Amino acid sequence: MIHEKLARASEETNAIKPLGSEAGILSQVDTFPKLLKRHAVIRASSEAMREKDFGIWQSWTWYEVAEEVAALSNGLASLGLVRGDSIAIIGDNRPRLYWTMAGAQSLGAIPVPMYQDSAADEIKFVLEHASVRFAVVEDQEQVDKLLSILDDCPILETIIYDQPRGMRSYTQDYLHDMNDILELGRDFGCNNPTYFDDEVSKGKGSDTSIILYTSGTTGNPKGVVLTHDAIIQTSINAAVQEGLNDKDECLAYLPMAWVGDHVLSYAQSYVVGFCVSCPESSETLLTDLRELGPTYFFAPPRIYENILTSVMIRMADSSKIKLKLFEYFMALARRVGPDILDHRPVSLFNRIVYGIGDLLIYGPLKNALGFSRIRVGYTAGEAIGPEIFTFYRSLGVNLKQLYGSTEASVFITVQPNGEVKPDTVGVPTPGVEIKLTENGEVMFRSPGVFKEYFKNPEETEKTKTSDGWVYTGDAGLVGEDGHLKIIDRAKDVGKFIDGTMFAPKYIENKLKFFSNIKESVAFGDQREFCAVIINIDSEAVGNWAERNGIAYSSYQELAALPAVYDLVQENIEQINRELAQEPNLVGAQIKRFLLLHKELDADDGELTRTRKVRRNFITKKYTSSINALYGTASHCQISTELVFEDGRKGLISADVMIRDAQLFNIDKQIAAE
Amino acid sequence: MINKQADQQFAIDVSEVESVFLQGEYKEVLLDIAEVSLAFGGVQALSDVSFDIYKGEIRAIIGPNGAGKSSMLNVINGFYHPQKGTITYKEEVRKKMSPHKAASQGISRTFQNIALFKGMTTLDNIMTGRILKMRKGLFWQALYWGPARNEEIINREIAEQVIDFLEIEAIRKTPVGKLPYGLQKRVELGRALASKPDLLLLDEPMAGMNVEEKEDMCRFILDVNEEFGTTIALIEHDMGVVMDLADRIVVLNYGCKIADGTPEDIRSNQGVIDAYLGVSKNK
Repeated sequence: MIHEKLARASEETNAIKPLGSEAGILSQVDTFPKLLKRHAVIRASSEAMREKDFGIWQSWTWYEVAEEVAALSNGLASLGLVRGDSIAIIGDNRPRLYWTMAGAQSLGAIPVPMYQDSAADEIKFVLEHASVRFAVVEDQEQVDKLLSILDDCPILETIIYDQPRGMRSYTQDYLHDMNDILELGRDFGCNNPTYFDDEVSKGKGSDTSIILYTSGTTGNPKGVVLTHDAIIQTSINAAVQEGLNDKDECLAYLPMAWVGDHVLSYAQSYVVGFCVSCPESSETLLTDLRELGPTYFFAPPRIYENILTSVMIRMADSSKIKLKLFEYFMALARRVGPDILDHRPVSLFNRIVYGIGDLLIYGPLKNALGFSRIRVGYTAGEAIGPEIFTFYRSLGVNLKQLYGSTEASVFITVQPNGEVKPDTVGVPTPGVEIKLTENGEVMFRSPGVFKEYFKNPEETEKTKTSDGWVYTGDAGLVGEDGHLKIIDRAKDVGKFIDGTMFAPKYIENKLKFFSNIKESVAFGDQREFCAVIINIDSEAVGNWAERNGIAYSSYQELAALPAVYDLVQENIEQINRELAQEPNLVGAQIKRFLLLHKELDADDGELTRTRKVRRNFITKKYTSSINALYGTASHCQISTELVFEDGRKGLISADVMIRDAQLFNIDKQIAAE
Repeated sequence: MINKQADQQFAIDVSEVESVFLQGEYKEVLLDIAEVSLAFGGVQALSDVSFDIYKGEIRAIIGPNGAGKSSMLNVINGFYHPQKGTITYKEEVRKKMSPHKAASQGISRTFQNIALFKGMTTLDNIMTGRILKMRKGLFWQALYWGPARNEEIINREIAEQVIDFLEIEAIRKTPVGKLPYGLQKRVELGRALASKPDLLLLDEPMAGMNVEEKEDMCRFILDVNEEFGTTIALIEHDMGVVMDLADRIVVLNYGCKIADGTPEDIRSNQGVIDAYLGVSKNK
């Protein structure tokens, strides 16, 4: 009965309207549980959450979600969770784990989501650091992890699991099935009907909303404390900028412990009222993406790259006619697609042909990928290759780059519609100010700035100034158009002898975007110019050699071929040409390079296990070659030790050619030879 | 000779019964095989084999190649008809029986060599496990309306539960022939589970798998046994797996039962060690 009444009320108020008009109301609704209660009234019968289970999308309306959250919250309360407690949440994106967040926040407790693939030790650190008494986890795997550290972690009192599968033989009295907790909560709600509402109304916007631990590359992770105010205000600002509304659809598949997922799949959904869907499992992501067709989508570059690769592989296997059509229309799309997307002038003829392409190629392709309905697509986290970026934009997918951090509640800069470029991260989002320090490090100030690092005042002081500016640790440039460009981690940025900036990662990334180049290491700090050591991609270059009838028998031989040097030189000169366009980086053009005779390998200590270049190690190992790069010789003798998989060692030596690349448009009179 | 063996048999049975009563727990016998003999022409595949399977246990049948293990499974699911002996299933002495009938009585199985429909998807293969439970005839099925549709929905739901249980959502719509071997084995288990069997016969479920796939499969077998209470009889060569999984093990060699008991008993049984490692004549 109540439900029907609410549904009617909601239909009346449910006309789509831009969020801007609601922003005023939202200022009174200052916590996530209050937002939820508001949606339960005005959007009672709209879908709030979906999960694919047993092959079907199961959905919950805002009203139902509010009911579940209340039951969970009461259940947690009856187990003893109180205001100020921390509660760990570990698992894949599951509706009931999101509801646990809201349930805990309703009581004034602080959710601490953790990465589901964290090792037991990492979890132990966070549990102890955040004084976690309660843990809500997805399944047996996570329960086992917690049980393995329980003896060393006496503070953890209660574990609740979402999936009862495999849990039959667990008899510990501190383990609870979430279904039981929901039952318990409903009983508690009957006996204490006003408890939930009272607790929710006690919450304030300035309360801590969540603690997100950032996976520290060095040392222990830091717990970033964010308030309701910070997250809600940032979410509103970004939603207004992108024109999000309650008919948008978003897929929650990135780790819940990551600020990006928290803001997009939780905060913005609670602010705007759009529906969030959880995929069936991480392996079914692409199928689910296709079925759902989200309008608001966020993915790191790796995912866009994987999708593109699978498209290209499947196209290569298709019939000749299809392949020709694909090639023709993709060439057209690359030429005019981005302009059409950005409403720039394009000739009528091209528009018509693009329209035909949309019917034949782009539309079906986007449909197959689940990208048909995307209005706002973000990529962030690391640099995305320009071809990958342009591919999606030329299809008509509004993919944009975003730059953010946990300390900023995500949003620092976003590319505004119509001003999207492959190599910038856009302009500050509403309410955000940015500035650069003398070393070129990016700083920002915004409503979304974090409160502090949990129990870590020294780090807080180091990162956040007293007037609210935050150091990002990234070095960047602001172009004349006001767009920010991130070039490297600030600590890796060096200087040439003449004092101009040298950002190795920026150059290495540019090189790696060429399919011929697999790895590269750029040198230049305290040197006169930039020189690089390059690893060719044996597959791509091997393929090219095969097609051009060039014979080779090994990687070493392939890398030493003059024709291959020519190939790479073309790529390098293209980069030099690009660098010459950028006033700050014109001096960073690559002057000399060599192609290494062996692949950089983690077994030899040259790469980390996650395939990142270990710059210092390489500098030491290849000192003689680096010196040769800064000399005048056209050859150098390199001999290196390598470790075979079985641990035996061997010596490999080669006479490696050094080439000079052409430099462009330089003031500093370093003549190209 | 035969009498002597029968006597030994009896002795073992008595001790088992005693041990059951001593432990104070009575176990219901789901399947009882008594003095079963099977011959193909002159080849004696099984001779006077007797053992039983308790409801809810995991019972392993092991033995060297050619010991008669698969023949035993084929006898249990009614594919072979023993010349001698009685089989009691669910307290009913079985007469001549076809695999079809055995299946409808709640016995399902997987095969040593995968026997799936390669061109059909995972989902369709698992749905075939439900066919015996479908009551509507060809006419209704073809019409796909009303009762037939409802029936399909119910059966699909069960198939989806199996898919969820075996964590094969990602390959739901993939033709089985395209899947790697380990996954095909899992799909085959899924088809057997779809009929919600009381007794599940697994013929070398882990053959040809790598360590990781074996671990997964072990977990699924244990989960099936624990969550659904399904009784399982399995043939397996990997001794580590058998010793970990099985509640009781029966050992066959040249068609005869040479040992029967818990994994600890079997591990220390000299007859079993001899059968597996061979005995020198001088000994």
